[in-house]
This record gives sequence, C-alpha cells and structure tokens, in this order.
Amino acid sequence: MTDAKMRGVRERKSRTRKKGVSLLLNFPYLIWLSLFVIVPMFIVAAYAFTDASGAFTLDNFRKLSVYRENIFDSFVYALIATAVTLILAYPFAYFMTKRSAAAQRVMMMLVMLPMWMNLLILTYSIMNIIETNGIVNNLLVAMGMEKVQMINTPGAVVFGMVYNYFPYMVLPLYSVLSKIDPALLEAAADLGSGGPSRFRRVILPLSMPGIISGITMVFVPSVSTFYISQKLGGTSVNMIGDVIESLVNRVSTRNLGAMLSLVLMVVILICIMIMNRFSDEEGGIML
Amino acid sequence: MNQNQKLIELHDVSVSFDDQKVLDALSLSIRDGEFVTLLGPSGCGKTTTLRIIAGFIEPDEGDVFFGSERINGVPPHKRQVNTIFQRYALFPHYNVFDNVAYGLRVKNVPKAEIHERVHEMLRLVNLEGLEHRKITKLSGGQQQRVAVARAVINRPKVLLLDEPLAALDLKLRKDMQRELKNIQKQLGITFIFVTHDQEEALSMSDTVVVMDGGRIQQVGTPTDIYNEPVNAFVADFIGESNILDGVMPADYKATFAGHTFDCLDAGFTLGEAVDVVIRPEDVDIVAPEQGMLTGVVTSVTFLGVHYEIIVDIRGFKWMIQTTDYCGEGETVGLSIEPDAIHIMKKSEYSGRYGDYSTFSDEMEEINQIPEEAEDD
Ligand SMILES: Nc1ncnc2c1ncn2[C@@H]1O[C@H](COP(=O)(O)OP(=O)(O)O)[C@@H](O)[C@H]1O
Ligand SMILES: [Mg+2]
Repeated sequence: MTDAKMRGVRERKSRTRKKGVSLLLNFPYLIWLSLFVIVPMFIVAAYAFTDASGAFTLDNFRKLSVYRENIFDSFVYALIATAVTLILAYPFAYFMTKRSAAAQRVMMMLVMLPMWMNLLILTYSIMNIIETNGIVNNLLVAMGMEKVQMINTPGAVVFGMVYNYFPYMVLPLYSVLSKIDPALLEAAADLGSGGPSRFRRVILPLSMPGIISGITMVFVPSVSTFYISQKLGGTSVNMIGDVIESLVNRVSTRNLGAMLSLVLMVVILICIMIMNRFSDEEGGIML
Repeated sequence: MNQNQKLIELHDVSVSFDDQKVLDALSLSIRDGEFVTLLGPSGCGKTTTLRIIAGFIEPDEGDVFFGSERINGVPPHKRQVNTIFQRYALFPHYNVFDNVAYGLRVKNVPKAEIHERVHEMLRLVNLEGLEHRKITKLSGGQQQRVAVARAVINRPKVLLLDEPLAALDLKLRKDMQRELKNIQKQLGITFIFVTHDQEEALSMSDTVVVMDGGRIQQVGTPTDIYNEPVNAFVADFIGESNILDGVMPADYKATFAGHTFDCLDAGFTLGEAVDVVIRPEDVDIVAPEQGMLTGVVTSVTFLGVHYEIIVDIRGFKWMIQTTDYCGEGETVGLSIEPDAIHIMKKSEYSGRYGDYSTFSDEMEEINQIPEEAEDD
C-alpha cells in the first residue's frame, strides 16, 4: 500500500470512529428527548381523544367552545404582557450595551437574578408588595394618601407576567444589540442620519432577529401562564393555563384538560410559524 | 471650483486618549479640489485626523474650519463630508442598491431621482447589474466600490478615505488606485486619502502630508517630499535613503564619510552638523581609483531592472542601486554628483535611520519603522 492510500484508509477509519463517537455521545439526549418530550406529547394526545374509561371520543373537542373566552383572554393578556416587556426591555438592553464591560456584567446578573428564584416565592413576594395591606399601600398611607387596589386586578397579572418574563426578552435583545458594529452607526451618521433615523434604518432592522426571538420567548409562556394569574389576578382574570390546571387536577375532567392544552399548543405553534415566516422573508426588516 | 480656495483647515488641533497625546497641535489646510494624502506609519494619528474632519471626534484643543465656518461641535450628519471607512462599514441588512441609496433616502430625495442617481453611480464604479446583490455576497473589491458609490452619491465637497485599499490584493489595488484618481478628477471632489503605503501616496496625490507621532513632518508635492525631505524620518519613510552624519565646512560644501563634497546647499552656520541624504539610485559606481569614496561590496541582490548592492564604507553600509554587476567582496569606487546630495538640519530623528547594516529584506523596512521609533 502506498503512503497516500494508507493515509486515506486511516482518515476514513477515524471518520467512521468520529461518527460512532458522536452517536454514542448523543445517545443519552436522544433517549431523553423521546422519553420526556415526545412520549408525553403522545400521552397528552391520547388523553385528549379518549374519555375517562379510555374509549375513543371527540366529545372533548366539542366541549372546547365553553373556553373560547378564556383562550381569547389569554392571548390578549399575553400580547399586552409581551408588548410591555418589549417596550421596557429594548431601551434597557440598548443602554446596557453602551456601558463599560464591568457594568454590563453587573446589569446582566441583576437581570438574571429573578430567573434563579422560585416562581412561587417570587409571586408571593409580589403579592406582599401590592396587597391591599401590603408594602406599597402601607407606604401610601404613611404618606397620608389613599390606598390603591392593585392585587386582584388585570394590571397586577400583566405586571406579574412582565416581571417574570423580562429576562427572556432582555437576553436575546442584548445579544443582537451588542453585536452591531459601531462603525455602521458612524457610517449612517456620515451619510446624514441623525439619532432617530439611525435607530429606524440601522439599529432596529439589525436587532429584528433578537426582537422576534424575544417576543417568542415571552409570548409563548405568557399564553399558557397559570399560578401568576391566580395569585395576582384573583377572580378578575381567568387564564387558560389556570383552567387547564383545574381541569387536569380533577380525574373526571382530565381528558378535557388534555384536549385544551393540545389545542393551545397547536395555536402557539402556528403563531411561532407565522413569526418565523416574517423574520425569514423580510430578512429582519419589518415594523 | 476655485482651486486655491481653502476648503478645510485645522488650527493647532490636539487630541489625547487616556493621557496619550495622539495629535499634537496639528495644523493643516486643504484646498478645494485637491487630492491630499495623509501618509505615516501605523498609529501616527491619520485615522484620528480624518475622524476630526468627519466629526466623530472633537479636538481637545484647536479649531476646525470648513470653508470660512468653524465646525467644532457640528455633528457628523450635518457636515458636508463623506467617509469611506477602513473596513467599508456597509449595511449588511441592505442590498447594493439600498446601501448606495441610503444618503438620498435620508434626505427624502424623490424615488425617481434616487433610482436614476443610484444607477448612475453604479455605472461610475462598474457595478451595474449587481444592485440586488446582498452585501455579504460581494468580493472585497466590489464592496470597496459600493462604499465609494455610497459616499460619492451624496455629492460631498470632501471625501475622506481611510486606507480604502489596504485589504485588497496588489493587482486590484493598482486598478482601484487608478479608478479612484479618475473619479476624483471627473467629479472634482476634494479627496483626503489615508495610507501607510508611500508608493500609493506618491503616485496618487497632489499633496502629501507626512505624519509621525501625532505631528506633521512635511507637507508638499510628491516630488518635493521625495527630493527635499526635511528630516531623517521623511527621507527614510519615503523611498530608500542613505542618511549620514555630516558637517558644512562652507557654503556649497559638505563633509561626510571622510570626504568633502561639492553640493547645492548653502546658508548653514560654518561647521554646522547636518544630516546628509543620498538616494541609492544617485550614486555612481566607478573604478576604485576614480572614486570619491571606496568601499567593499558586502551583498548583491538582483531585482530585475537593477542590482541592489550594499557597500561598506568605513563601517557605514550604503545601499546603492546600479545596473552594473559588482561581485561580492569586490572593492569599488563611489562618485556622487552635487545635485544628488541633499542636506537636512539635525532633528529628533537624526541617527535613527539610513544605515543599511541590519538590512536584509526590503519588506522589513516599512514595517519596522514604528517599533524603531519607540525603542529610542
Ligand atoms: N478611541 C481610542 N481610544 C484610545 N486610543 C486610541 C483611540 N483611537 C486611537 N487611539 C490611539 O491613537 C493613536 C493614533 O491612532 P490612529 O489615528 O488610529 O492612527 P493611524 O490611523 O495613523 O494608524 C494610536 O496609538 C491609537 O492606539
Ligand atoms: Mg488608521
């Protein structure tokens, strides 16, 4: 065998070995994926199309119309929460990129801090702050002002959602904004763009991928929010997530709950697909 | 256009970054329609000077004038200059057409006119048919042309070009040099061009501004700069030079390398120490007994048109370009005409340059100047 041939054989061998290694390394993930993502989805689907005795039925689908209003409300709340989060997070992320590297690290930590804490604890502390006899109202009274009803209002639910999902909006925005080459902004200024024009023509279109992914990451969990809405909204808000929770918790309505979450999942999937279509086609230029 | 009217003036402009003085009381005036080149080693403050004119940096001290108007504090988007950035800075989210149209859109120029002017520009830079191409799908040379079109379409009074050709390969660079020069002539715009490549500077410019250490060393036409360098730095940076210590024993006489030569310079104090510049192509090789100086050839390099030989004369290595072959180790005579001798006043740069004793590779020379300057 010539040298070149030998090398060829060795390379081929090492390539097959690499393939084998990568398969071996990926194996746990494949197991994990099928066991905890795909199988549960089939279980949900199976529940959705059966009754309590396990027989096939489309009854659950027919009963859905009762919850039309809850689904609609959930989307409205999710839209509002996503919009508010975007409006707050965008300038925040932008100004973050203008600070020193050290300041950016500190700000990033502060943003992520709530992500490391338990949702229940966070929600309880928000309750403490905005309760009828909570910290804010006590302060107002101490300053000689009237108490304000904050808890158990739709506003409180939006606040809770914005508070909870804010980091998921900031992170993708920060990541695209910090990658914009400052030379592009200088070029824009050089070509006659003042501040607002630079934002509209350069910064905004270049940050579109971050906006899309931020919206997705906030909107999706917002639609299926539960608990936050229960604790902060009381009876004023009835989100689809809470409905599903109460349905699933009772054996007699578990199948209906499964159908409801299946439908929710499909609707969200459609939303994401529409969103991605936008960002692909327009190359990030829209709004 | 009035060729003699001053268009841009810098008066004693100083800039510091982190306590490091980057521009030191720099004064410069540029005439309308001129092709001016800022030439100097990397880090000498060329980009900073351009950015002051463009408005991206405000000088700590000094004034900037545009026409008769002081423009300190005027933001970049309100200045009538356009820049071609070092790495082009094209907008990745726009195609070729939209990049070029940018400046006109900002000014709300009517659509039909934008269309017409963009196409006219793309014709000028030979990019017709590529208007819908994505920026990322263009070659370096094409990106360069888009950058030119995007700037020139705004009909600026002044175009600032920051090492626009540095990223291109040699062949393309030569072509672009010619094209840029043509565009400048055709449109009659003032070009302020930055480069660290002396050949580029000499071949393209009406005026060359040689900079080092945040200061202007010399301003002049390419011929002036080459033939009459003011100090050892300029002599060494522009072309090849032998720079020797000398004294002026009388007007029109110069003593160096142990011999007194006739020269064309006068007006120095008697016995004043000076730097003497002799270009390698101005030395004649003669028989040893006819030479004003004699020395031993220590190296010979054939460069096609001529030989480049190094001759050791009393320990100082001269570089000489000659078409006659000399063998290594051969003793030769050197003859120098009076008009080949250029006398310069002593400066802070004296003694740093102009000896070829460490010379091994001609590419090395340009790259090493900044380091050598810092060592001293
Ligand atoms: N924004 C800045 N902050 C700190 N130092 C800078 C900055 N810009 C330039 N400098 C320094 O100023 C000097 C001159 O820079 P520059 O004008 O870019 O030189 P050139 O373009 O001639 O290579 C360099 O030493 C560089 O390190
Ligand atoms: Mg530079």
